[in-house]
Amino acid sequence: MARAVRDPVRVRGAQARDLGQVIEIDAGITGMRKPAYWSEILQRYGSGRRRQRFFLVAEDGGRIEGFAIGEVRDWEYGMPPCGWVFAIGVRPDARLGGIGTRLLEAIGAGFRRLGVTKVRTILARDNALILSFFRSQGMMAAPFIALEKDLEP
Amino acid sequence: MKLQKNTLAAIYSVLEFAAHPGEQRSAAAIARQYRISPHHLAKVLRALGRAGLLESVRGVGGGYRFTGNAKRLTLMDVIGLFEEISAPRRGGRRAARREAEPAGASPLEVEDAVGVVLAEIDEIAKATFRSITLDTMLKLVARRRK
Repeated sequence: MARAVRDPVRVRGAQARDLGQVIEIDAGITGMRKPAYWSEILQRYGSGRRRQRFFLVAEDGGRIEGFAIGEVRDWEYGMPPCGWVFAIGVRPDARLGGIGTRLLEAIGAGFRRLGVTKVRTILARDNALILSFFRSQGMMAAPFIALEKDLEP
Repeated sequence: MKLQKNTLAAIYSVLEFAAHPGEQRSAAAIARQYRISPHHLAKVLRALGRAGLLESVRGVGGGYRFTGNAKRLTLMDVIGLFEEISAPRRGGRRAARREAEPAGASPLEVEDAVGVVLAEIDEIAKATFRSITLDTMLKLVARRRK
């Protein structure tokens, strides 16, 4: 008899006890440990602190497999309110298992509850891994062009 | 953005094959579907075969079969087999600063500046093609069908 397989991964709001693992996942991806930055992110986006802000983790039996951070911003760049995903990361050994998809779906559900119908992100164009992930989720080029310049000393 | 005929034929073909993994399809059928000359497509498919994306199936009802990984293979991987996406750099050299004529511009400086803009466009195009796998393209086709 077929038995329903329970999905062991749970997506929930990040808490202080998760931070160590999130810092390690991020360091594994970016090559840089940033504990002060992540403490600040937890302060600003952590569970229940701000209605429009989300700091989610995917947990499997006490092990944090990935994280996502996002926020609903009103009239950013002159556009109607939409959800922005600022960061998403999954442990390398947990990739291709749908963790990133679950995190993005959860953050999208949070955005929808707040009444927005569009999710956006911005990332380095040489970040093929994450670009491919967002593309695989159906994201297309947004009507923006990111610009920059060096400031004269 | 305009891709060469060969490149477009290759993209259409790999998507057609990737949409039916394990199935063999004839060059003639794909040529008919996409209104491509069979002779032209045969060359394209041979190139895709040499690159390991397709394998030829001999015998009656022969054709080709997809052997790539649709979740890994990007549009850039296919495009790169047929053309290089980079604007022709007309100047090719960085123009030297000219203090004496700040308002005027030499042909070299103009070519250099236009080259910078074209290179910027190329980089965006390449990043886009690198980020889209065949699997993502097939999902896009399905979404647009709805």
